[in-house]
Amino acid sequence: MRLIKQLGEWFDARLQIGATLRETAEHPVPRETASWFYVFGSAVVVVFILQIFSGIMLALIYVPSAGEAWNSLQTLNHEVTLGWFARAVHGWGSEFMVAIVLLHMVQVFWFGAYKYPRELTWVVGVFLLVMTLGMAFTGQVLRFDQDAYWGLGIGASISSRVPIIGPPIVNLMLGGPIIAGATLSRFFALHVFVLPGLLIAFVGLHLLMVIKLGINEWPMPGRIVRKATYVKEYHELTNKDGIPFVPSAVWKDLFFAAFILLAIGACAAYFGPFGPGGEPNPTIIQTAPKPDFFFLWIYAVLSLLPPSMETPALLVGPVVGIVLLLLLPFVSSEGEKSWQRRPVAVLLILLLAVAFGTFTRRAEHAPWSPVMDAWSGKPNPPQFLRNRTALERQGALVFQAKQCHNCHALGNEGGERGPALDNVAVSMTRDQLIRQVIQGGGNMPAYGKNLSPAETTALVTFLQTLRPPGQRPARDAARDAANGPAGALSSPVR
Amino acid sequence: MKLGILFNGIVAAILAIPLVRYILSPVSHGRKGAYQSWFALGDLAQFPAGQTRLATYKNPYVNLWDGMTGDVACWVRHIEGANFQVFAVNCAHLGCPVRWFPQSGLFMCPCHGGVYYQDGSRASGPPERGLFEHHYKVENGKLWIKAGEMPTPGMVSGIPGGKPPCA
Repeated sequence: MRLIKQLGEWFDARLQIGATLRETAEHPVPRETASWFYVFGSAVVVVFILQIFSGIMLALIYVPSAGEAWNSLQTLNHEVTLGWFARAVHGWGSEFMVAIVLLHMVQVFWFGAYKYPRELTWVVGVFLLVMTLGMAFTGQVLRFDQDAYWGLGIGASISSRVPIIGPPIVNLMLGGPIIAGATLSRFFALHVFVLPGLLIAFVGLHLLMVIKLGINEWPMPGRIVRKATYVKEYHELTNKDGIPFVPSAVWKDLFFAAFILLAIGACAAYFGPFGPGGEPNPTIIQTAPKPDFFFLWIYAVLSLLPPSMETPALLVGPVVGIVLLLLLPFVSSEGEKSWQRRPVAVLLILLLAVAFGTFTRRAEHAPWSPVMDAWSGKPNPPQFLRNRTALERQGALVFQAKQCHNCHALGNEGGERGPALDNVAVSMTRDQLIRQVIQGGGNMPAYGKNLSPAETTALVTFLQTLRPPGQRPARDAARDAANGPAGALSSPVR
Repeated sequence: MKLGILFNGIVAAILAIPLVRYILSPVSHGRKGAYQSWFALGDLAQFPAGQTRLATYKNPYVNLWDGMTGDVACWVRHIEGANFQVFAVNCAHLGCPVRWFPQSGLFMCPCHGGVYYQDGSRASGPPERGLFEHHYKVENGKLWIKAGEMPTPGMVSGIPGGKPPCA
């Protein structure tokens, strides 16, 4: 112990930073900030350090070459001792990092911490968010599998829609005409050199400002932020009723960071690494690429937007979002910090959380995607075939063979791109069914050229049996009036 | 002091110009049309009339280390005689690979549900246009196509190097 003390003194006599460090560690913070709500920022730093170390470990084996990357990931997963665990820690670390960055941001917004004099801290934080998401996306690319390959294609397709300079941007992003070796190399450079370097610099700046300006006090209703008086009031608060950051507040940070590291380790050990999925061979087209968790909501938005809105939303949306985030502390730099007096802010958080959750859930389910193998892999449920005539069963065959099942569910099986057809005969008459099948419309392709008259007749006859037992099919009232209510073309009630 | 800053500025500019040109080389290279070229996709016998088949080719512009990413797929529709249509597999919406269903005569995209008719025209879903087409020609019993660059929705007329032959 004495030796350590002597060594410490020897170094400090030459470095001259001991006093500064001690002063920084023991700086007074408002008493209420020693709270579990104030632990997210420090946890992100700890996870970021974990990402740097686990990333360096992966770089010992990983080959950033389009021809070899996928094989080197397989080697990591299956041959190198505990290579799978290193990959899993890095993968789960990235999920946790994005999640805690978002939680941190929500807490800062919720507590009004972006207000004077911490506007620039928030602005730097917005850049840190963008870089963290950039790390998540580029990291997904380095996991060079089918999802990564086609994800790059989606990125290129979006970039190409920028007016005038779109196609050059695509070439610049891909490093050439197609997704290939140069593409992976430049995403490797971004993920391993550019973004981490920027992140380290900006995290340092962010932390420096937190220490210089002091941690945000616990918001109290009625404690109004005014530029003229805030700094004086804050110093009174910390000097009169403050506690030293170390050790009074820091133990919660330490505890939470350790808990998060434990959670990452547990997820890594239990769930294992992410992929890689199928090999990035562009000639294997039997694939349905999906983005990683934190980008799923974008996938949903892209599917649900009307086509005409898509390009503007894609190109303008992110810019507007980031500009709004950057402007926030300047638009509302004074006033109430307490959530009890900021109902719009609280509602906004709730709205964004619900929207994020809903879109993510929809994207996991992806009802807009045709189920590509439903026609061959999901048989027509027996209740729709029992006691049917030969013609009706012929129609059921047409339904399968012409891939109708890929977009239309029967008995909860099959695609959801179009409406489920379990009760279609109740809502559409025979003539309406024929027209819909032949002409399409309402987001359905026209099948006129690909169905013979006999196939159409069989299919529509089958569709007319799709109704609850004992219920008649829909009738055309005008035709009934003209021809009598016999419903000559409709099948009888069973 | 001012002279020193000026001197540094001039040196920085001298160094920056070639480095920026290096970074932009994928763009400047493409502008010369170097990514596109004609090559034989395969014998005509591989593409029976009235059918649409998947064909693959080694991209004419590749590096040694591109591995399997240098292999590209396309859909070849042989209408009859010397009439063909060669579609890129990339959906005109966001580039996912579309699949051909001969039974219903449709191309379907697994990502966001874009659907195209057998002639590549848009049938339904989010795409704003039909499938991307490559130029083709028939020579010496082989089908030749002009390709080399991944088509994206922002390209002029959607096809690298001009209008599709059947437009």
